[in-house]
Amino acid sequence: MRYSGFRVLKEALTGHRGWTPAWREPAPQPHYDIVIVGGGGHGLATAYYLAKEFRQHRIAVIEKGWIGGGNVGRNTTIIRSNYLLDGNEPFYEFSLKLWEGLEQDFNYNAMVSQRGILNLIHTDAQRDAFTRRGNAMILNGADAELLSAEQVRREYPFLNFDDARFPIKGGLAQRRGGTVRHDAVAWGYARGADSRGVDILQNCEVTGFRIEHGKCLGVETSRGFIGAGKVGVAVAGSSSRVMAKAGMRLPIESHVLQAFVSEGLKPVLPGVITFGAGHFYCSQSDKGGLVFGGDIDGYNSYAQRGNLPVIEDVAEGGMALFPGLGRVRLLRVWGGIMDMSMDGSPIIDRTHVDGLYFNGGWCYGGFKATPASGWCFAHLLATGTPHPTATAYRFDRFERGYMIDEKGMGAQPNLH
Amino acid sequence: MIINHPLLGPCDAQEFTYKGDARLIDRPDGMAEGSGPAFYDYAYLRDNPAGEHRELWFHEQGDRSWLVVTRNTVTHDIISVELARDVARSMGRSR
Repeated sequence: MRYSGFRVLKEALTGHRGWTPAWREPAPQPHYDIVIVGGGGHGLATAYYLAKEFRQHRIAVIEKGWIGGGNVGRNTTIIRSNYLLDGNEPFYEFSLKLWEGLEQDFNYNAMVSQRGILNLIHTDAQRDAFTRRGNAMILNGADAELLSAEQVRREYPFLNFDDARFPIKGGLAQRRGGTVRHDAVAWGYARGADSRGVDILQNCEVTGFRIEHGKCLGVETSRGFIGAGKVGVAVAGSSSRVMAKAGMRLPIESHVLQAFVSEGLKPVLPGVITFGAGHFYCSQSDKGGLVFGGDIDGYNSYAQRGNLPVIEDVAEGGMALFPGLGRVRLLRVWGGIMDMSMDGSPIIDRTHVDGLYFNGGWCYGGFKATPASGWCFAHLLATGTPHPTATAYRFDRFERGYMIDEKGMGAQPNLH
Repeated sequence: MIINHPLLGPCDAQEFTYKGDARLIDRPDGMAEGSGPAFYDYAYLRDNPAGEHRELWFHEQGDRSWLVVTRNTVTHDIISVELARDVARSMGRSR
């Protein structure tokens, strides 16, 4: 069923009896050409682009819980392509371009809102770094704009410009950045994939891989063995657990990141602001809640919940930047499990097992990457070669010394 | 989280800096033949278990000792705390 304004009108006049479920609930078949493990944003996007762009058939997405129940429903919904390094920026710009056409492409309202993102500058050194970053973005076809303190003040007059520790001296704006309704991304990709024949198998946990003579023949699941020509794993925070079943140790640690939403307010915050110096970033959802977050808790965790000291730290950062928040009440706090890689950048690559492919290590930046991650992983699965924007995301870059370390922190995942 | 320091008693985890897997104590010999792959494994690869995890915490805001904390990464329960010095010595790493 194609969604349109006409369709809404027609259903409104006929009592909304014509709507059908957005995707099927098929029983697992014994064999597929391609099995994607992980029904989150990246896995569903992979299946969608495999079917739509790469004309592949007989595809299944296997999900332990329900689709959209993991990080695609737990993030702070921001999209942007403000990276510095050559290995990253073309990929994230490709992703942002896909976001711009996504809703028309998969015929689903994902509420893509290019309200702009602003990184605040507090020191001369930061201005130098952001000038360089902005130039790198422009060289890679993205948009970037360096703002003076006065220009920032015109757009965000309510910020604390004269904070003693971090006075605001300007900002780096990316006007095409913004926010997206995150659940709708999972649902839109799921519906688009399903309508092209992809089987989405929920409540189906992978318990192992069947590997013989160095080739992956399929996956053992809680609903029986499912044979596969190729298996692609896109399971974010569970990457190490799942790939351990194929005998692999990954350059990844799992960490918990907390996110927050306040009670609903009238429109107060026009775009996304990031206060890197104070570990705080914030946007306002279309329902009115301020959606914000800060740093990861900093210790290995699979708990999907964090601890109070980080909540206090984020709240302090928010108050330092945005004193008007003082009487706003917090509505919800939650946590998601980040697959923090050793250089802060992702991996989209084949493995030493023939027919087994891996997509992970997204750290806390996976949501914005969803369309390009799906497209590039589909490219790798369908053609056997990496997509031109994802050639740097290799497993062996650590051993060979080709890290993509945006922050220059080295092999210490909790600092990326 | 409260870390029960073997010398100081219960301390807030906020006083500590987190390093990671306690296997990092067991640094390979850089002079040995073929130490390249061993260092790749040491520096970059992790077991990253869901469940019990032995890990290094540094008491930066306290007595600046290194601890080996055994903690459950699913529940955040702390099971045992040892001085990293004792652990390293028991592995024969210190004179």
